[in-house]
Amino acid sequence: MTTTRPALAFALMDAPFESARTTTAMRLLDAAARRGCDAKVFAYEGAVLLPFARQQAHPNAVHGRSAEEENHPLPKDIVAALIAEAAQHGGSLDWVNCGLCVDERGAGEAIAGVRRGTPGDFWQMVKDARNTLVIPTHG
Amino acid sequence: MRVLSIIESAYRATVEEQDDTVVWLMHALKGAGAAIDVVLRGDAVNYAVRGQDAGGLAFGGWRQTEPPRIEQQLGSLAAKGVTVYALADDLVERGLAASDLRPGIETLPRAALAALLPRYDRVWHW
Repeated sequence: MTTTRPALAFALMDAPFESARTTTAMRLLDAAARRGCDAKVFAYEGAVLLPFARQQAHPNAVHGRSAEEENHPLPKDIVAALIAEAAQHGGSLDWVNCGLCVDERGAGEAIAGVRRGTPGDFWQMVKDARNTLVIPTHG
Repeated sequence: MRVLSIIESAYRATVEEQDDTVVWLMHALKGAGAAIDVVLRGDAVNYAVRGQDAGGLAFGGWRQTEPPRIEQQLGSLAAKGVTVYALADDLVERGLAASDLRPGIETLPRAALAALLPRYDRVWHW
C-alpha cells in the first residue's frame, strides 16, 4: 500500500531576531517534519535572511557566557536542522527564497538546501499543498 | 483554486519597496495564474483612496524618482479581473466615504465578510 505524504505550504515574511512569529513558524515546521510531511516554505521579504549563511553566534557578557556556552540560536541552523529532520522522517522541507527579496538585501549566501525562486514557485506550492498558512509581518 | 487575500497591515515599508509588498505579491500570483480577490481592511482601506502622492522624498542628493503608487496598483489589479473590496465600516471609522475611493473598488460591510469566506478555497490574512 502506498501512502501520500501530506504537503503543507507556508509563506513567511519576518526577518530573523525580530518577531516571535518566526519561532511559531519554526515550531509548526518542526511538527510537520516530525510527521513526515512535505513542507514547502516561500520566504518573502525579510524572511529570506532566515537561512542566511553568514549569521554568527556571539558570546554574551551580560549572561557571563562564551559563544560556545551561550549557544546562541541562529535561524540558519534551525532551518538546516528542520531540513535534516524532515528527511529523517521520510518527508522533505523545500525552502524557497524570493529572489528579488534576496537581491535587495544582499542575502544571496544561503545554507545548503535553500533555493532561489519567484512568486510563481509559491503559487505552485499552494496548488500542490493540502493547505497553506501565511505568517505575514504586521507592524 | 480561489484565494481571498485580506490585507490589513498597511504602509509597512512602502517607501523602501515602492509598493505594498502583499499587493505586489498578488500581482505576481495573478500573473502566475492564480484566481485571487482582495479585501482591504483596517488601515489598509486607505490604499484605495484617490489622489495619494508619496513623491518628493529626498535625502541629500538622493531623490526617490519612483514613489509607491499603491492606489494605481490596486486599479491595475482590478483591471486584471481581481475584485478589490474595502471594508465599509473601516472606511467610516477613518472618516472616509465610498466616494473617496478610486473607481473599481467595491465596498463590503464588515458583517458581510464572514459570508464571503466560504466562496474561497484559501483565505490568507496579511
